[in-house]
Amino acid sequence: MAKARGNGKEVVIEVGGLVVGFGEHVVLDHVDLDVYRGEILGFVGGSGAGKSVLMRTIIGLLPRRAGSVRVFGVDLAQASDAERHAVEQRWGVLFQQGALFSSLTVRDNLQFPIREYLELSQRLLDELAVAKLEMVGLDASVLEKFPAELSGGMTKRVALARALALDPEIVFLDEPTSGLDPIGAGEFDELIATLQRTLGLTVFMVTHDLDSLHTVCDRIAVLADHKVIAAGTMDTMLASEHPWLRAYFRGKRSRVGRPGETTLRT
Amino acid sequence: MSEILLEGTAEGGRLRLAAAGPWIAKNARRLEAQIDSATRPREAINEVRIDMAGVDRLDTFGAWLLERLVRAFSARGCATKVEGLKADYRSLVEEVHHVKLEEAPMRRHNRLANALASLGHNITSVGGSFGAFVNLLGALSVATLRIVVQPRRFRFTSMVHQLDNVGWRGVPIMLLITFLVGCIIAQQGIFHFSKFGADLYVVDMVGILVLRELGVLIVCIMVAGRSGSAYTAELGSMKMREEIDALQTMGFDPIEVLILPRILALIIGVPILAFLGSMAALYGGGLVCWLYGGIEPSIFLQRLKESISIDHFEVGMIKAPFMALVIGVVACVEGMAVKGSAESLGLQTTASVVESIFLVIVLDGLFAIFFASIGM
Repeated sequence: MAKARGNGKEVVIEVGGLVVGFGEHVVLDHVDLDVYRGEILGFVGGSGAGKSVLMRTIIGLLPRRAGSVRVFGVDLAQASDAERHAVEQRWGVLFQQGALFSSLTVRDNLQFPIREYLELSQRLLDELAVAKLEMVGLDASVLEKFPAELSGGMTKRVALARALALDPEIVFLDEPTSGLDPIGAGEFDELIATLQRTLGLTVFMVTHDLDSLHTVCDRIAVLADHKVIAAGTMDTMLASEHPWLRAYFRGKRSRVGRPGETTLRT
Repeated sequence: MSEILLEGTAEGGRLRLAAAGPWIAKNARRLEAQIDSATRPREAINEVRIDMAGVDRLDTFGAWLLERLVRAFSARGCATKVEGLKADYRSLVEEVHHVKLEEAPMRRHNRLANALASLGHNITSVGGSFGAFVNLLGALSVATLRIVVQPRRFRFTSMVHQLDNVGWRGVPIMLLITFLVGCIIAQQGIFHFSKFGADLYVVDMVGILVLRELGVLIVCIMVAGRSGSAYTAELGSMKMREEIDALQTMGFDPIEVLILPRILALIIGVPILAFLGSMAALYGGGLVCWLYGGIEPSIFLQRLKESISIDHFEVGMIKAPFMALVIGVVACVEGMAVKGSAESLGLQTTASVVESIFLVIVLDGLFAIFFASIGM
């Protein structure tokens, strides 16, 4: 993969020569990837290709065998605890199933990270919880609900609000639109794009949703054969002759395969 | 560091607030204090200008606090104007401007009311779990009848698997614990009886106590802790992940598939464990009598034969399956009562163990009265 550096953009996540494996099985073999500040990066790959593994390695949940991961220029494996915590406050993670704390109400879920890191008055915490909920398109009526009482789409939104609780600079989204209906998924994409614009976020989005890739992603990185085989804009992907990319982006389910529907692109 | 994030200068009816520095999460606490002091009612003000030009960073926290400032003045009828906001931050400020706080339901803080409410909830939940207990007992009877009519529906493999878990794998720990309990009561008996020179009566005590009460009671308490909790946790997590709903939609009766084999496994397993446990306790008692009390094993056995009758053994053994049923039903009722959260799973598992141990002891008391009145 040719590194598109030197275009003046700041690299916030820098993955170099990353090797991750479980036992005999090597999932990521010398993966290189740069994520620039302020972009929405869509990260795709076949099921089981290791997309989530890469995301989990970047956020420090999985150990690596070789290579480096730098977030804001800090190598998390070598950073001190204080440096790690500083970085962790600057990112938010939306897990695939939401990972809301099931024994806490929505209000407490949202306030948990804020309460932990900042000493704020209860009044401000309550107001912020409402503000964050409204930013993700919900309202104060869900505050006292428990995660088990929320629908799938609401869970994702609340989880996104929690990921945004500390106003992070990077958000990691693990399949944010999976399990949502096309309308809900479209709204969620729109939401991410809006938040990205208003908050100036960098978004690292693992996804399978071709519509998301078309509508909101600035750049797409593709994981196949244990490596990032391509990274670039949608046009680059569509122009590529790599068999996997052809199958993925120009297959039956892609928009390109359906004449007349490319106009959907915004 | 106490840099000034907001500074006000009033001239006549006009207030000019100059904001400066980073309005971000880290500063939110100080910023809130400064905003609160700026909005404190003072002399009549009818025009407020907030100059945001000095703010070099702004996040949601800062944007919300700015919004709060604006709202506080607007609510007092002041003409409020925000100036000099950097273009990058406009959309964020616009976003929080739409936040509607009025709808936010505030938490109830009346402690007495909460305490009374929780007392009420607890009382109704006791009634509720009694209802659920009876309900499951009825459903079990129906499922059993159905299986008697159509024996091929019975999940034999599942029951054997459960029997392996609750019975066979539990044998070592049950033997160890009942053995130790047998040792302890024998030692205590010898220690105190020897004061009256009645050492030999220890054998009577150990024999009757172990066979009638302790063997089965200790085994049941162990089973409630070991297997009852496992049943609750298994069924509860299946409930949480909608596995039970899945079974139902495929046309299976969860009671027949999941609960009946588990409870039958207990009804078969517990008497066997109780028997083995009683033997281990007698063995332990005999060992201590010999090593500590100097009662030869042959004398111990002789005395044991004289002091106990088959009645004592029967009393103990008859109780075992009933206690197993109670443990199993309570565990399954609690498992099925699990709701979506991890906390609920923990609560129900605790409730399952506490309730089943309590009911086992109550049942033991009822049996004691019953056997005494029929002269066994």
